[in-house]
Amino acid sequence: MTDDTLAAVLARIPYVAHLGVRAELAGDEMTAILPYSEHLIGNPLLPALHGGVIGGFMELTAVIQLAIVQPDVIDRPSRMAKPIDVSVEYLRSGKPVTTFARASVNKVGRRIANVHVNAWQEARGAPIASLRGHFLMSGGE
Amino acid sequence: MLLQVPYREDLIGEPDTGVLAGGVITTLLDTTCGWAVALELQEMTSIATLDLRIDYMRAARPRETLQAQAECYKLGRSIAFVRGLAYETDPADPVAAAQGTFIVSSPAKPRGAGEVAGGASRTTEGAAEGGGERDRRVG
Repeated sequence: MTDDTLAAVLARIPYVAHLGVRAELAGDEMTAILPYSEHLIGNPLLPALHGGVIGGFMELTAVIQLAIVQPDVIDRPSRMAKPIDVSVEYLRSGKPVTTFARASVNKVGRRIANVHVNAWQEARGAPIASLRGHFLMSGGE
Repeated sequence: MLLQVPYREDLIGEPDTGVLAGGVITTLLDTTCGWAVALELQEMTSIATLDLRIDYMRAARPRETLQAQAECYKLGRSIAFVRGLAYETDPADPVAAAQGTFIVSSPAKPRGAGEVAGGASRTTEGAAEGGGERDRRVG
């Protein structure tokens, strides 16, 4: 998959535009980027990013990474992986700066994929949240 | 605690079908669970999501308002345990279920005397009686 194809896939998903998510590829490894925007704030007093936004962003990262693994979804976005369950661990408060996320696909079976995602801001070694989840692969149906 | 998110086209995750993005449901359940904890507190204090698990039972029906209810079934000194459901109209036919833990900045003061005995649950629905300012570190 090229950066252009990836951008085309993302452009079809309204929620990607709502959050303002971009993605960059290095080989088959994708970094999802969530630039800071005021509408992503959950606590205006600190301020801090909304926990649900961070969770949703990591979930998108997992789905996009799975699309890279299974490129037949490019022409049919409805065949993108669907979440079955996700578990989000919040480690640090999300500051009002750019957030990054990378997914590692631990296993893709015929129907189920297991994915872990880490999200970080200033330092990758200091993640702000992580997600692990199972996703239903619809490409084989 | 009951919150609603009206259907909006910019929240779609599946353009072919118009189904809402999973992240929207995550955000709705995180917010509702957080408020369920806030309503159990005697005074507004800092609440942060520690862990949130979501099970997606089915896709949300396009063009329908989604709502979520949550209850804080155990409020400890520093940790609150919450569960929630997201659905369009019928809680018995849920779109997703959530189970979460939240950090409550000490000192947490549960309503009534001492800790909630035997994990007795309390469901708070409707308007935010403890509303007003709310300080949540994460979502």
